Amino acid sequence: MNQKYLVPLAVVFLLFLVAYTGVEGAGLQGFFGIFVPYAAVVAFFGGFFYRVTKWARSAVPFRIPTTCGQQKSLPWIKQNCIDNPNTGTGVFLRMVLEIFLFRSLFRNTKAAFNRSEKNELTYSWEIFLWVGALAFHYAFLTVIIRHLRFFIEPVPGWIKFLEYLDGIAQVGLPGLFLSGVVLLAAVLFLLARRIYDNKVSHISLAADYFPLFLIIGITISGISMRYFTKVDIMGIKELTMGLVTFNPVIPEGISGLFYGHVFLVSILFAYFPMSKLMHMAGIFLSPTRNMANNNRAVRHINPWNYDVKVHTYEEYEDDFREKMIEAGLPVDKKE
Amino acid sequence: MSDEIKPDALLDKIDYKTPTTDWMSTSSVQIRPGMYCYSANPKSLDTLDMPYSRKWNPLEEDWKLPENWQEIIHEGLKTRLERFRTFRVFMDICVRCGACADKCHFFLGTGDPKNMPVLRAELLRSVYRNDFSTAAKILNKFPGGKSFSGSRSMTLDVLKEWWYYFFQCTECRRCSVFCPYGIDTAEITIMGRELLNLLGLNIDWIATPVSNCFQTGNHLGIQPHAFKDMIDFFTEDIEEITGVDVDPQINKKGADILFITPSGDVFADPGTYTCQGYMILFKYLKDKYDLNVTWSTYASEGGNFGFFTSHETMKRLNAKMYAEAKRLGVKWILGGECGHMWRVINQYMDTMNGPADFLEEPVNPITGTKFENAKSTKMVHICEFTADLIKHDKLEMDISRNDNLVLTYHDSCNPARGMGLLDEPRYIINKTCKEFYEMPENTIREKTFCCGSGAGLNAGENIELRMAGGLPRANAVKYVHEKFGVNSLCCICAIDRAAFPALMEYWVPEVDVIGIHELVGNALILEGEHKRETDLRMEPLPGVEQTKEEDDE
Ligand code: SF4
Ligand code: SF4
Repeated sequence: MNQKYLVPLAVVFLLFLVAYTGVEGAGLQGFFGIFVPYAAVVAFFGGFFYRVTKWARSAVPFRIPTTCGQQKSLPWIKQNCIDNPNTGTGVFLRMVLEIFLFRSLFRNTKAAFNRSEKNELTYSWEIFLWVGALAFHYAFLTVIIRHLRFFIEPVPGWIKFLEYLDGIAQVGLPGLFLSGVVLLAAVLFLLARRIYDNKVSHISLAADYFPLFLIIGITISGISMRYFTKVDIMGIKELTMGLVTFNPVIPEGISGLFYGHVFLVSILFAYFPMSKLMHMAGIFLSPTRNMANNNRAVRHINPWNYDVKVHTYEEYEDDFREKMIEAGLPVDKKE
Repeated sequence: MSDEIKPDALLDKIDYKTPTTDWMSTSSVQIRPGMYCYSANPKSLDTLDMPYSRKWNPLEEDWKLPENWQEIIHEGLKTRLERFRTFRVFMDICVRCGACADKCHFFLGTGDPKNMPVLRAELLRSVYRNDFSTAAKILNKFPGGKSFSGSRSMTLDVLKEWWYYFFQCTECRRCSVFCPYGIDTAEITIMGRELLNLLGLNIDWIATPVSNCFQTGNHLGIQPHAFKDMIDFFTEDIEEITGVDVDPQINKKGADILFITPSGDVFADPGTYTCQGYMILFKYLKDKYDLNVTWSTYASEGGNFGFFTSHETMKRLNAKMYAEAKRLGVKWILGGECGHMWRVINQYMDTMNGPADFLEEPVNPITGTKFENAKSTKMVHICEFTADLIKHDKLEMDISRNDNLVLTYHDSCNPARGMGLLDEPRYIINKTCKEFYEMPENTIREKTFCCGSGAGLNAGENIELRMAGGLPRANAVKYVHEKFGVNSLCCICAIDRAAFPALMEYWVPEVDVIGIHELVGNALILEGEHKRETDLRMEPLPGVEQTKEEDDE
């Protein structure tokens, strides 16, 4: 069982070392600072596009939303317009809540069985996964947006404002960004859950640990660059601006730590489209959530609907005509 | 039931701690008696021209598979990935967060980790990754790559595991409610069963009803004259109880409405009492409002076990509904109380066998209500219909006849999670009886627990599976039984009515099972009826017994 997380952990560690020593020892700045990031971005967008078109090419033969509330029926019965939408607006709201607030995860419960006199099965509200997941995703998003300052010159006001909010705790110097801390805490929580929650650890694959370690590696290297080892920010911005303007340059004196960080980010980008991380796009396409429950009111068309062999009434009556007549049942063809 | 596992022994086995071994390495599946259903009778497969019909025994080593079975599965997977976006997306995006893990009644009742919805799906997903994921294919070239990507080749052991666990899922969709991406393991089970059917690996409790339904119009294989006999028999019973001949119409051309309900209602107690409830209602509407409702022997099955076989089979069986409505020239179709029948009608029928442009948009001629939500399918649920009648005060009822009942209500999986029919039945219950208590919040409405016997698993030989799978539901019934003295479990599903009596007897023996239209039938006051002494079960009405006893003294 240990293998499942020890191997990915070792792989992430190795990847970091490869970049670090590659730069510090072999002077491969160009490779890790220019080639790899470009390749990763190409792999990300190419892979993402490939994956999504593949999904989109699969047909949607039936409208099968999972209904989680009262349907629209009689006018005096109150419909749950969001959890059982029958209109586009309802579906839109449902999706927004799902995508931005993880509404389904919010419902999570934990079952327990108490073998005693009463033998009760109980279900308690289990909010931690929801909190952890929400914290993780929003912290990650904030971190990504903050990083845009490396790719835009001059840095737009709204990014500065976000940074201001993110640093509002005003601890330490340079000011502590909450997002980084929350991200690390959340990802560690998700990891701990995967290792220590009996059921989750049983279903986990090495492929589930890998992105977690990758993100942990990215976060730790990022945090240490900002707060502890103090890298050459001006140099880094020169490099990143070079990348986005397609005038790549390798300024002198950027530490290997930075290249290790960038390498892990690149791996994450390249790995993204071929992994479960595609749930980010998949959630938009999930037919149990993104369709209206209005099948009985509006006909849905199945693009590959084909004719099937049925047992017709005529055949049926031929089989049973005499018995039907005897029983006094009406028949179409009397003999 | 003597050789069966006792409730205590079953409870002793429940342990939600999963083993520490890797689930993929414990691959050779133990098919255990009590947990599986017998294989399909080859004759039943032949009726439908299903492939590879043969005698085979799940317990034996050799399943007598066609030589190229792996190829058949691979091709079958490929086709389904192209045909169903659900399938493809669900294969790709599960993050194994475990939110669905303890939502499945089979996991809760057995503690078997492969009954966690996510693992059930992974059984198939692991093969999908091996065969169809480019990333996994590259990874698998490296040592340990297979375990990293979680892929495995399609072996006989894997196939047996599929079979065992896809027939331990009742396609109830409870897992889908909790999944952050709506991944519906029921959908994956449906695909899994389609694939198994490509190799002739159906279970008999599905294949034979399907074959019967195709040939004779209903799952039980009741021929038209026997169907009529049964209805006549109910007519006599009702006459004895009420003094009124309800004179049902069968295969009647030119009726206003065609009524279709599962054949279980016609042939198995306690569904038969619900059936009598329908008959009383139709008589009432005929006398009072001149509404003509007809039954059909050709379309004498509302349920659709084809749904548990393959999409194609579902379509073949479902076709009868529209065909019969057209032949009889009715205005629209009314559907009885059933679970999966309504999932099929609500989410598949119009797409598969529509458009039903020969029917009229359904309007209740008595109240004038337009059933806007059914204007394309032209099929209305009887609970919608009756709720509308009651709301408009069109039914005269004496609900004290239901005073013996202390009710709770079970939401069937399919009307709850594949439709959203939640408040209509509750409205009828509240208008036909006085004492009604809900089960705990996490076990009703969209979070309802399956009876444990749906999706074709209501056989006799898998009784341990059924009792274990039904435990979460029964446990909630027990709770209200002890707390409020609930003595009747009300439901709107024929499979429930067939499955619950055994489940209740096992876990909560003091609770009876009853359909909604049995309540209606008891309460409705027919024109010209005599004073009723008994309810539809021929048991004394509240108050009646006492008077009798007093007389005796
Ligand atoms: S809840 Fe959904 S994403 Fe999470 S493990 Fe279950 S199926 Fe996968
Ligand atoms: S559909 Fe129901 S029975 Fe099947 S895995 Fe999900 S919860 Fe379990």
